[in-house]
Formats: sequence, structure tokens, C-alpha cells
Amino acid sequence: MAMLPVPSTAPGQVASPEQPVPGSMRRGRRPFARLIRAVRSNRKATTGTVLLVIFVLLALFPGVIAHDQPNAQIYPRSLGPSGAHLLGTTALGQDIFAQAVNGARQVLIIAIGVGLLSTAIAVLIGVAAAYLGGLWDGGLNLLTDVLLVIPLFPLLIVIATYVQNAGTLVLVIVLTLTGWSYTARQLRAQALSLRNRDFLEAARVRGERRLYIIVVEIIPTMTSLLVASFLTNALYAVLFGSSLQFIGLGDPNTVSWGTMLYWAQNNEALQTGQYLWAIVPGLLIVLLGAAFALMNYAFDEIGNPALRPVRRKRVQRAR
Amino acid sequence: MRFFLRRLGFFVLTMWAALTLNFFLPRLMPGNPALAMMGKFRGPVTGQALKALEVAFGVNTHQSLISQYFSYLGDVSTGKFGTSLYFYPESVGHVILNAIPWTLGLVGVTTVLAFGLGTGTGIVAAWRRGGLADSILPPFFVITTAIPYFWIGMMLILIFAVKLQWLPAAFGYDVTQVPSFTPAFIGNVLQHALLPAFALLVTTIGTWVLTMRNTMVSTLAEDYVRMARAKGLPGRRIMLDYAARNAILPNLTGFAMSLGFVVGGAILVEYVFNYPGVGFMLLQAVNNEDYPLMQALFLLITVAVLVAILLADVATAVFDPRTRTRG
Repeated sequence: MAMLPVPSTAPGQVASPEQPVPGSMRRGRRPFARLIRAVRSNRKATTGTVLLVIFVLLALFPGVIAHDQPNAQIYPRSLGPSGAHLLGTTALGQDIFAQAVNGARQVLIIAIGVGLLSTAIAVLIGVAAAYLGGLWDGGLNLLTDVLLVIPLFPLLIVIATYVQNAGTLVLVIVLTLTGWSYTARQLRAQALSLRNRDFLEAARVRGERRLYIIVVEIIPTMTSLLVASFLTNALYAVLFGSSLQFIGLGDPNTVSWGTMLYWAQNNEALQTGQYLWAIVPGLLIVLLGAAFALMNYAFDEIGNPALRPVRRKRVQRAR
Repeated sequence: MRFFLRRLGFFVLTMWAALTLNFFLPRLMPGNPALAMMGKFRGPVTGQALKALEVAFGVNTHQSLISQYFSYLGDVSTGKFGTSLYFYPESVGHVILNAIPWTLGLVGVTTVLAFGLGTGTGIVAAWRRGGLADSILPPFFVITTAIPYFWIGMMLILIFAVKLQWLPAAFGYDVTQVPSFTPAFIGNVLQHALLPAFALLVTTIGTWVLTMRNTMVSTLAEDYVRMARAKGLPGRRIMLDYAARNAILPNLTGFAMSLGFVVGGAILVEYVFNYPGVGFMLLQAVNNEDYPLMQALFLLITVAVLVAILLADVATAVFDPRTRTRG
């Protein structure tokens, strides 16, 4: 079987995919249990999930491990790492460790906010276009395509410049409005392929309203695409949100990794030997981004068995 | 022919959408940000230039919005972008012309390199499915796609410019040098381009590897590949002429689509390296509230990306007859 017995934390509990689901399991719980099993059997998914859980915990309870005030400029400047300041202090006299830990919250709010909102817009527009058809489809599809090819980051820069000092909420709105088009296109394609299926015809014959058909009949069939859409957009939000903050278009007083890098760059952290100030926040962005990217890639593998890793050598030996 | 006309129509429409965004964005924002900018520059900027600015941003004019809009469209389509405020009294067009070669060189070379290397790696990874390369490369490149462009630039500066002092950390060439076509100067320019190019290469190559690998994996399962194997064709021939040749088409479309992202990355990389290209200019304009320059650069970047997409569309249509009929 193509599915690999990837070493997991508790090897004995990984059920092989062919094994029938125990009959005692209630129907409602099955998708969730299947999801967990899929995540645990894919190494990329496991890594991504573990990373994300760590970051969520940091965002929820930063005070547990970081006791200093993240923005208080009260410490001696530009200290190296020490027991009192695990990662040293900035040229402005802030504790880098406290800033790094507390920065998780803002980045995660942006990532999850943009992920959810742009997926919602993408569903609305993509599915509506496919289902309503005709002029609606033409118009919405054109809108999607136009937004898709206009270079995103320059557009983001222009908008953020006019807004000036974009706070968390503004960043979420701007990133959402510019980022939904890619997934809307995928969702439209999926919805188009469903359009003439029998179960939708049955719903129409039953006399269900369009809204009911879209929400209850069509959308549940696209769960995996929705998850992929959420992950893609969350990654996009992490990277572009941090980039905007880095070039000084965010609110310079927020505690976030992008803003940390903005101050590090403005105070020439690299040239003055304060390496950790520039390394730590960037590394955290990479790790959070990697969490979303790994989960997304793994999700692709789970959804499309052809992409799953195979051990060709073993198969050949078996022949 | 109809296919090309449709693509051309879409090109014009998108261009118009970008222009319209450019026109309405400053007017839609609370408390027209152009007003604040105008106040700042009223002293040094006078006469004709000030008038042009007022029209461009809808300040102090008694024209209706509609007539402002049409005079704006007229100005832009005839190449009148006005005067740069930060580089006053230079015209926006002049500032941009100086920046274009730098970006074109940097982004052009790295994009082609990344596409070639990435696609090649993807082909090999898919062909040696389950081999050592295929089990290490995909997760590795998934992670590189999550690295922020600007941060990899900072880390390269830290390692190669600050610590090892092998390569310069900033600018397009040494200020002591006089621009000329001598080997010494060209060498100097290449030296300065190396780190920014590497930063862009590292962050963009992953996408090509992954899309190529994943498309190629599906192509390898096709019947015509099995047929080729059954005929006993050499492996190299099957890999390149049968599987890769068909799998590369979606990658070509993706190439066009992701150009916008590459340009965005180039902006950040140029900013980190103070590289005198279009992206660096854009951020200079942003930080100094030079809105005319910013608007013109946004339009320029959009046109460049759209032209590239159009070219990729035409190339795809030439290579793949199926797209022509599908429209």
C-alpha cells in the first residue's frame, strides 16, 4: 500500500487506512477521527500541527514563560544573552525574549483572521459564480481573474501607504480583500464540477431554495479545499503582513515579529552586532510559516493519494 | 486568433482596473491622505507642477469626479506621470527609467535561473520517486517557501557581508566607481548583485520544484508513459520527452501567475540591499510620501507583470494546442 507506516509517537495506535472503521464509532465523529489519523500518519502534517499548537499556546499564555513587559524600554541597552535576559535586549532597551514570545499573538490573529475571512469570501464568490452561472459567473469570474493577476504586494504597499500605520484590524481587512482570489478560483472549479450531479438535482426537485442548496449540499463536499484555502491564506498573511510591518507600513507600536524586524533594521542591528534582534523574530516567522506550509502540503498528499511518498525500492523487491 | 484577442481584451481590462484603483484609492481613504502630502510639499513645488498634482489627487479642483477621472486616464495613457516630489524637480518618468535596468537584470536573471533549476530538480525528484532526493527535497522546499524574502536577505548580509566580509552588503555598485562599460565596473556590479540574486533564488525556487514534481508525478501515471516503457525506450527519453514535456505546461502557466509574487519579493530584497531598482524606488517613494512616483511605479510593475503573463499565455497556446480550443 502506498500509505507509509511513518513512525509516530505511539506506533501501535496508527490504524492502517484499509482497516474498516469500528462499527461502534458514531457517524458524526468519523470525519474528525479520520482527520486525526491522517495527520498522525503523515510526518509533514504532524510537524506542522505540533509547531502550530506551540505557537497558539504562546499566543494564548505568553506570561507563563516571559515575565518582562514586551514594550517597556526600561532595561540597559544592547545587552547580550544572559540569565536575566535570555536573548539579550534591544538598542531601545526592550527584552528580546519577551517581545518574541508576546509577538506570537498578533501574527496569529492576522494569520487566522485572514485565513478564515478570505476563505469565506472565496466560498461566497466562487460557489455563487459556479452555481448561479450565466452573467453572474461571467462577472464574478472576471473580478477574480483581474485581482489574481494584479501584483499583490505592490498593491498592498499602495493601500497600506494611504491608510498609514495600519493596526491589526486594518491589516486583516487589507490582506483579506487582496488575497481571496486564488482560492475563489479553485472553489469555483470544484463547484462547477458538482453542478450537474444527481444529489443537487434531487435537492432542486425537492424544491429547496438556492441558499439551502449552496450551504447544505455544496459547501460540505468541499471541506478539504476549504482547509487548504485556510492554510494557504494564513501563510500568505503571515508573510505579507510581516513584510508590510517590516517596511514600516504597520503600526510601529504593536508587539509583533514584523515590527521587531522593522526596529532592528532601523537601528542597524546587523551592523552593530545585535544579531539576535534580527535573527529571532525572522526565525519565528519562518517556523510559523513552515507550520502552515507543511500542513498544506501534507493535506495535498492526504487528499491526492498519487502524491504520497512511496518506497519504490521495497515494492520492487517484493516483485 | 480568437484566443489571442480574448487574452488581449483581458489584458486591457486588467490594466484599466489597475488604473482605476490607482485613481480612486487615495480618494476613498478617510481624510484624503493626498491632502496631507500636498501641505508638506506646497512650499518647494510651485506653478505648473502643483496644478498637475492637484488635478491628479483631486485637491482644490472644482472639476467633477468624472472629469477628473477622464483627464487622469488621458494623462496616464499619454505617459504624463507628473513630477516626483522626493526627487524634485526630476520627472517621475526620468526617475523610473534610471531604476528599470537594475530590476530587470536582477529579477530577469534570477527568475529564469529559479525556473530552470527548480523545474529540473522537480523533474528529477518525480522521476526518482521514493528515492533519497525525493524524500528530502519536498519538505525542504516547502519550508523555503515560508521564508520571508527580506529576512533571508538580512541573514545573507549577516553571514557574507558582516561576518565573512566577502561581498558588499548594499547598493548596486561602489560609489567610488564611475559607471562605464569597463570589465572592472561590470565585475563590481555583478559582485553587488550576487547576494540579492541569491536571496531571490532561494525563496522562489521551492515553488517551481514542488509544482513541477507534483504535476510530473501525475503525468508519470499516464498511459502514454506506460506505453513508452513497454516499448523499451531509454529512461532519459521517457523522463524528458514524454513525461516532463507534458508536465511543464502547467508550470509555465504557474510561472506567469507567480511573477507578481517574484516582483513583490524583489521589492523587499532591493529594499534590504539598498539596490537601486524599481522596488527600492517604490519604498523610497512610500517613505517620503511621494505619491506621484508611487502611483507610477505601481502601474509600471502591473504593466510589466501583465505583459509577462500575456507572453506566457501566447507561449502556452503555441506549445499546447488544447488551450487554443478551450479559450
